[in-house]
Amino acid sequence: MNATPAIVMPSTDEEIWRYSRIAELDMSAYTHGHMRTETVGADSVRVTESLAGVAMVTNPDIFAELNGAHADTISLRIPKGVAIEDAIHIVHHLDASNVVAYPRLVIDAEENSEVTVIETFISDDSIHSLVVPVLEVRAAKSARVNYLTINQLGLNTWQIGHQQSAGYRDSTTRLSTVALGGDYARMRTEVRLVEQGASAQQVALYFAGGTQMHDFRTLQIHEAPRTHSDLLFKGAVRDTARSVYTGLIHIKPNAAHSQAFQTNRNLTLSEGAWAESVPNLEIETNEVKCSHASTVGSVDQEQKFYLESRGIPPEIAERLIVFGFFNEVIDRLPKQADVETLRTAVNHKLNPENEVAK
Amino acid sequence: MSTLEIKGLRAEVAGKEILKGIDLTVKSGEVHAIMGPNGAGKSTLSAVIMGKPGYTVLGGSVTLDGVDMLAIPTWERAIAGLHLVMQYPTEVPGVHADQMLAEALTARQRGTDGMADRIASEAGRINFDAGLVSRALNVDLSGGEKKRNETMQLGVLEPKFAILDELDSGLDIDALRDCARRVEAATHESNLGVLAITHYVRLFEELKPDIVHIMVAGRIVSSGGPELADQLEIDGYAAFA
Repeated sequence: MNATPAIVMPSTDEEIWRYSRIAELDMSAYTHGHMRTETVGADSVRVTESLAGVAMVTNPDIFAELNGAHADTISLRIPKGVAIEDAIHIVHHLDASNVVAYPRLVIDAEENSEVTVIETFISDDSIHSLVVPVLEVRAAKSARVNYLTINQLGLNTWQIGHQQSAGYRDSTTRLSTVALGGDYARMRTEVRLVEQGASAQQVALYFAGGTQMHDFRTLQIHEAPRTHSDLLFKGAVRDTARSVYTGLIHIKPNAAHSQAFQTNRNLTLSEGAWAESVPNLEIETNEVKCSHASTVGSVDQEQKFYLESRGIPPEIAERLIVFGFFNEVIDRLPKQADVETLRTAVNHKLNPENEVAK
Repeated sequence: MSTLEIKGLRAEVAGKEILKGIDLTVKSGEVHAIMGPNGAGKSTLSAVIMGKPGYTVLGGSVTLDGVDMLAIPTWERAIAGLHLVMQYPTEVPGVHADQMLAEALTARQRGTDGMADRIASEAGRINFDAGLVSRALNVDLSGGEKKRNETMQLGVLEPKFAILDELDSGLDIDALRDCARRVEAATHESNLGVLAITHYVRLFEELKPDIVHIMVAGRIVSSGGPELADQLEIDGYAAFA
């Protein structure tokens, strides 16, 4: 294992790293390591050559660049016209401390194909390491790609990830996220709609407790006419946890008659918890329909009173409300996802006795 | 036989005294109507009885069979036997009526076995679409569906006393008949005591009051039999001001 070569770290002076914990990161603490990966259901579509680059033309930051240089890549090519009904499951375990791992998943869905992929990242709380995952999705003409990532990293594992998708004519790309883990877990998602009629839907459920921090950056980039994007991110923070959501809808000059929606809602469940939401719009053409909405607030007191007036104790009322808040996202996850296990994990995190400590 | 007793109740909202000394005693199986113009304090009375945040009690007492309701939190008042049917039932996104009822029954240490049948039976009695119980509470429901939902919950939870805060507002005549009839039936079947707050006598076509109280400016100014409501129809509230 070679030590990671000296690299120039970004700083929080850059807008894109504002609010991040990048200043705490010491790359020299990590040597290059690997995740232990189990894959189920991919045999018929996994290819040996690397398809890296099908959706990512340039590296958006140093971490994507490092991933490009060191990646353990899984490449999936869904042949033209093939629809795979069962989900492909990819589970990555990080078993060692003081390593940085670079998993990369490339999904190349050819014309009129369909696939669902569920990718899970797991480590124990005792693991002090860094994961730098990259996802690339290319949805060719009329292809349908349904992807869910589940962050179940331990409380001392960092994540700095990047997701990039490119949607071609009349394709549908659905990118879903459930993030419960990580110490500092950042994900930057760039969805490009590059041909007419392409559509992308994104949903995320994130819930941080203890001293965790979740950091999401999303870009919905419309490059062709009549493209459609819809994003719903819902997060909660408790204890002294923090979360940041920064989203940009960018409608380029060529993207007339496009529709783009972005909604980010955050619940702060403790006095010391903090959530920030920064939605942005950049529209370079007329005749588009765009909206963005963002909220940060505590549990609605009217809702709580309603449930309490039926005889439900306050802590259970609050738990029901938070569950209800997340249900809107859970209902939109791929139908193959193990929703009950995710609900149990959320419930565990809601229990005040499970306050996480380092 | 239970008794809900309100004595000398005074309360304020945002520094303004709204209830200026209310005295009321409701016994099991009785229906008491509280009528009054806008701003009389009728909804404030229901909110204070149930312990809604934002109201400050300045004096007096509310007891259920001698137990001080004002000293315990809202959820314990509900468990003790009070049930508020809200004028504008709150939307609770993502929380379904059946999930809520399961928690409410569990908190009462009543099992949830047979709950689905019970809900279906209660829904059937008031023409409420039982499919709506597994949808988010009050979200995208019509006024009539919301009040049917409230009434269905009342039927399942079987409180000792129901406080109906303008059950008759925001719903069509069919829904009003179904809901009012169900409450009236509960006064016979389970000896429910009712405090029905309303502007209009049309509620009484199905829910028969034993006693009518006229409330003006935070006080009960007159009490009597059902004939008082008829007199009100003729004379208006001005006669009681």
